[in-house]
Amino acid sequence: MIAVSCIELCKTYRQGDQDIKALDHVSIDIEKGGFVCLSAPSGGGKTTLLNAIGGLDIPDSGEVWIAGQRIDQLSKGQLAHLRLRQIGFVFQAYNLIPVLTARENVEFVMQVQGVRAAERRERTDAILAEVGLAGLEGRRPAEMSGGQQQRVAVARAIVSRPALVLADEPTANLDSKSSDALMELFVELNQRHNTTFIIATHDQRVMAYARRVIRMLDGRIVEDIRQHAA
Amino acid sequence: MQMLHIISTLAWRNLWRNHRRTVIMIAAVSVGVWAMIFMTALMRGMVNDMVRDGIQSLPGHVQVHHPGFRDDPGINKLLPQTDQDIIDGFATGGFRAWASRIKVPAVVSSERESRGVTLFGIDPERERAITFVADSIVAGRLLENVADTGVVIGQKLADVLDTELGKRIVLMSQDPQNDIADRGFRIVGIFDAKLESYEETMVFAAKETVQKMLRVPNRVNEVVVLGDDYRDVSRLRNRVAELSGPDVEVLPWDEVDGYLGTMLSVMDGFVLVWMIVIFLALSFGLVNTLVMAVFERVREIGLMLALGMRPANILAQIIVESLLLLVIGLLIGNTLAWASIAPLAGGIDISAVAEGMEMFGASSVLHPELIARDVVSANVVVIVLGFFASLSPAWRASRYEPMEAISKV
Repeated sequence: MIAVSCIELCKTYRQGDQDIKALDHVSIDIEKGGFVCLSAPSGGGKTTLLNAIGGLDIPDSGEVWIAGQRIDQLSKGQLAHLRLRQIGFVFQAYNLIPVLTARENVEFVMQVQGVRAAERRERTDAILAEVGLAGLEGRRPAEMSGGQQQRVAVARAIVSRPALVLADEPTANLDSKSSDALMELFVELNQRHNTTFIIATHDQRVMAYARRVIRMLDGRIVEDIRQHAA
Repeated sequence: MQMLHIISTLAWRNLWRNHRRTVIMIAAVSVGVWAMIFMTALMRGMVNDMVRDGIQSLPGHVQVHHPGFRDDPGINKLLPQTDQDIIDGFATGGFRAWASRIKVPAVVSSERESRGVTLFGIDPERERAITFVADSIVAGRLLENVADTGVVIGQKLADVLDTELGKRIVLMSQDPQNDIADRGFRIVGIFDAKLESYEETMVFAAKETVQKMLRVPNRVNEVVVLGDDYRDVSRLRNRVAELSGPDVEVLPWDEVDGYLGTMLSVMDGFVLVWMIVIFLALSFGLVNTLVMAVFERVREIGLMLALGMRPANILAQIIVESLLLLVIGLLIGNTLAWASIAPLAGGIDISAVAEGMEMFGASSVLHPELIARDVVSANVVVIVLGFFASLSPAWRASRYEPMEAISKV
């Protein structure tokens, strides 16, 4: 079953007098439960592709389908609903809400979804324990290390059990030990919940965990490798 | 409900993120609200004094006349009922105070001078509760009953006529047949009014004595009724109209005395303008605070949009943040206003400027008056205009593109 399908995606940015092709006729299908890494050097188009899949950026042309629904023509409100219900995001810079505690950051998406308080609490406690943050629920982002913050961000992305998790350079600010721990957590969640993971990275250690690595260069897919994960 | 909870939680915590800025803004709102309410209370107090004094200076709250009286206020425009019928009827009205009068233009002459005046034939007992004259006697006495043969004039008129207490003057007017009606009166009292014009133009004699002089026994041309609140006389007016019967004109004080009525209307308008002007000054600070607050949180706003929060929720969050700030300012401002007005209930002595104020009929003691409607107006102005002032930064925040916002450094 196809979780994500991109057909002939094109996206051009204007930088000064230059047009930069961030996506140049990109077509890919990603199966449900897939664990895929998008790899490219900086400016290669991986973040643009990730944003297009997540409905955060609208391609100039082409189609994006998520779970059988075409999303590139949806309104802002419909895209917000799609992201809320079906997609979990992990950003490079953690992007936690500084005025909320770890627990509240994790609960945030569920609160917006309208999940009842008791259920929210139960699921938050479980996920925070799962990512190794039990006991730190009351801390605000400024009181946590980078690794801890990224684990909160991961917990927030997966706590509402989205079908798809999009992670943009999730290990970029982590040391190798924290990176490995995070990737092992992703693999475990992928296997346990059959959640589809698409991770944009240029870190070889991260790519080693993926079952499929899609290499991009100058907005084009240059290699699509299926491999045995580490 | 959950959305409201998360929105209010975020708004509240973000409010205190830059607590110094928030405290300064709250202080500005508090002082602004205090100024709105306190200054309004002072102005209200001054105008109330003027209106009350004005009402005491004869109009009462409601007056009854012949329909043509206002165009030709003379002896030919008598009320259709006899004075006794009026007295019997109004005695059942349950009014705070009322009196029937005869009021005609007249000429007063002393042995040296003469002047045009308005002659009031009054029931001194009944007028005591309505007009200023009983409390303003500075020499002699007030009339003793409806058959008293004396007259009470103002200090200024006594000076103009070059006469004094105990001397005789002659009052001359016309009877209904347009024949001269005159009579000599001994001055039994001299009053000192707040307005010199009153002292110079008003002459009070006993009602029956004036009726005899004008040859209109048991007839009057004015009934004055006093209610409980000059701001709301519509029910009083209806009740008076019921008792007055047909073929009369029943008017509230603000129509009888257009100047007073207009002054009160102008005051109401001025209070609103005053509040809006103060808030407009505040709104620059408020908008600036919100713009800065939004600018500092562009990434978070982008993040929340990326996570699936709707733009309307972002809009609501910024507006709630603004309203929380305003509500805190309102609470403090209202408390400050109350705390500064309550100790002044006994009045503020403004005798240093009283002479100038007398020109407007204001007294030398100013009683600030805290009116619920003014407090509500100030609060509503702040909340409603604050809401609109917040819309622009809130709208801008809600229109961010998630990825552009997240990428902002």
